[in-house]
Amino acid sequence: MAAEGKARLTRELVAMRVARELAPGSTVNLGVGLPTLVGAFVPPEANILLQSENGILGYGGFSEEAFDPELVNAGGQPIRLNPGASFFDSAASFAMIRGGHIDVAVLGGLQVSARGDLANWSVPERGGGSIGGAMDLAVGARCLIVAMEHTTKDGRPRILRECTYPLTGRGCVDLIVTDLAVVEVGPAGLTLREVAPGWAPGEVAAVTDAPLALAEDLREMEL
Amino acid sequence: MTATIYESPDEALEGIEDGARIMVGGFVSAASPTNLIFALKRRGTRELTVMATNIGFGDRLDELCEDRQVSKAIASFAVRASTARESKFEAQYRRGEVELELVPQGTLAERIRAGGAGIGGFLTRTGVGTQVAEGKEVVNWEGEEWLLERPLRADVALIRAHRADRLGNLYYRLAGRNFNAVMATAADLVIVEAEEIVETGELPPDAIHTPAVYVDRIVRCDAVEVRWDGR
Repeated sequence: MAAEGKARLTRELVAMRVARELAPGSTVNLGVGLPTLVGAFVPPEANILLQSENGILGYGGFSEEAFDPELVNAGGQPIRLNPGASFFDSAASFAMIRGGHIDVAVLGGLQVSARGDLANWSVPERGGGSIGGAMDLAVGARCLIVAMEHTTKDGRPRILRECTYPLTGRGCVDLIVTDLAVVEVGPAGLTLREVAPGWAPGEVAAVTDAPLALAEDLREMEL
Repeated sequence: MTATIYESPDEALEGIEDGARIMVGGFVSAASPTNLIFALKRRGTRELTVMATNIGFGDRLDELCEDRQVSKAIASFAVRASTARESKFEAQYRRGEVELELVPQGTLAERIRAGGAGIGGFLTRTGVGTQVAEGKEVVNWEGEEWLLERPLRADVALIRAHRADRLGNLYYRLAGRNFNAVMATAADLVIVEAEEIVETGELPPDAIHTPAVYVDRIVRCDAVEVRWDGR
């Protein structure tokens, strides 16, 4: 297909696009991996409170100062605190998550289904995989954004009619941001809202297994 | 009851026997009870069931696998899909030599909280429709499906605090509360390593995270730097 070899968004640009979904003043949990990069694109004036499931609310960016082992995020990375930050234990942290107090969670994904099922913790053919806090975030956050590559390294779709990998959560995904598109999950299925610069909707649909409705105001991503 | 203060982490572990179920606090590098883990390794206690949020990712729990002291782990993060820089636990898991009960992190924290609070179980939406639900009771309530999860308790909890007083009150620094503060409530024997031990009354009563009632043994230990680079 002609789309092969066309430029896709970098991980940083995907993170930047996700950051624009975050409403000022919201409380957000960023998962490990690509979602962590989103923090770098959140403007300070947006007053977004970042939550880390190991018991921190209100951290800033990564710390470039001396490593303090007791100030790390859920991925073990050294972080800075913003004024107003607070600490709590893991049970309180997940009470915050499950109790609907987190506005948005951004998680990485391996597969998302047409109904918004998410699979992000295990690749059966490779064995293993770990859950961490992903299943709690998937059901607990008021809005779940999945940030991932649109296809596998060998070009197979990750947005599928049905997930084939073990699920993280059922019907939990609200929005998918990939290196090719922004796709909304609704009761009637998936809607293609935006395409990456230079990509036609048909080219994105060709690398998507699940059916995609086209948004009335379908447009090219602004970056 | 006043906590007992021990001179070394090795002595603080006296009485722990083969087959013990042990909770280990900490989160990656934050307040991991590394001195107690090393002492447990020196002690050579075997057939352990360890409960910790991570094993082998910035904690030193993986070192217990070197001499095959661990037979089962209950954890939220233990085995990655990638086999690059495989931990000892991962290698033994892939060879079928250790058992793993993978538990979502929030469910793990709440099961431990329930264990410490005398709660016989709880309902959560976490894990519904996933492998985590296998073998568990699903309860329909208010039009939604919930999993019935059961409490977790241990014979021993290993905890790291920043400051302890002689009575056993604990203060954790920065993100050090994590699983430490929860596990301190849910084991028959709670052993704490602390950077500092102060006289009773020196910790401000309104800045105590773990009240003394939960703590049995304290040993003063310098922090051992541990780090995971996230790969």
